[in-house]
Amino acid sequence: MAKIQLNGKKVSIRSNISIYDLLVRYKLNNKKVAIEHNGKIIQKVRYKKRLLKNNDKIEIVHFIGGG
Amino acid sequence: MFILLGEVNLKKDIFKVANKKIQSRLIVGTGKYKNFLETAKAVKASGADMVTVATRRVNITDKKKPMLTDFLNPKKIIYLPNTAGCFTSDEALRTLRLAREMGGWKLVKLEVLGDKKTLYPNMIETIKSTKILVKEGFKVMVYCTDDPLLAKKLEDLGASAIMPLASPIGTGLGLQNKINISLIINQSKVPVIVDAGIGTASDATIAMELGCDGVLVNSAIANAKKPVLMAKAFKDAVISGRNSFLAGRMEKKFLASPSSPFKGII
Repeated sequence: MAKIQLNGKKVSIRSNISIYDLLVRYKLNNKKVAIEHNGKIIQKVRYKKRLLKNNDKIEIVHFIGGG
Repeated sequence: MFILLGEVNLKKDIFKVANKKIQSRLIVGTGKYKNFLETAKAVKASGADMVTVATRRVNITDKKKPMLTDFLNPKKIIYLPNTAGCFTSDEALRTLRLAREMGGWKLVKLEVLGDKKTLYPNMIETIKSTKILVKEGFKVMVYCTDDPLLAKKLEDLGASAIMPLASPIGTGLGLQNKINISLIINQSKVPVIVDAGIGTASDATIAMELGCDGVLVNSAIANAKKPVLMAKAFKDAVISGRNSFLAGRMEKKFLASPSSPFKGII
């Protein structure tokens, strides 16, 4: 098990899962989102290769209504 | 004959931002609506083919929460990612880089705010951000003050559109400085789009009559008692204002001039 900070919240995950796995868990793999992993923007093509470890910080953002 | 000629001329009146053809001169924001269904209905009624959107964290605790993209198809409508809520250049850059990764869009709206009460643009941070974004290949539409010198500076730095405020965001106070907006229109070679402060449909007409290339409206539609009807009102107002600008208004005179001839009076 590993603990990561996801969108400001502490979340437990299995060790060594990828960003793609995380998106599947939150049903976001088919949604228009963008991801920051420890402050770095990750390209979509790298989601499956990029693995998560303890204390990582992940931000998942999407578009919402705005002016 | 004249009507036909008029139609032909109107067809040539094409609105382009960063070489991208945009059908409607009305751009609408998607914030402040009751729900996404109302947003979608209002956008449709407005005739807009470009909408502004904000970038925020996904709500990870509620997986079933609806998303904007489920109601407004980004393949059918142009999403213009903005940096609303950003108070520093760093925040704005981070937001737009994420937005670019999300949708692949390079056309973005930059807005760096300076004060929470007035939401007035911070032009120092705005200029700094514009420089960097242009260098990174973004096409930047820039929300700014109505200062003609700063507007020129933004254009020189490579801004794709100048977006001066009519009055502070969400106030609905309408165009407070028509002279400055006119000065900016006259000097700019890139589109000038009045953004923020439009209160009602006639405000949009006034902006278009001044010669603005477009207007961006959010609160005036979303906060109307009947947002969908107001969206339609804005659609017509912008078309009217543009036609009126193209037609060229009559000269203002100090004294009266009769509409009916005096000759042949009984």
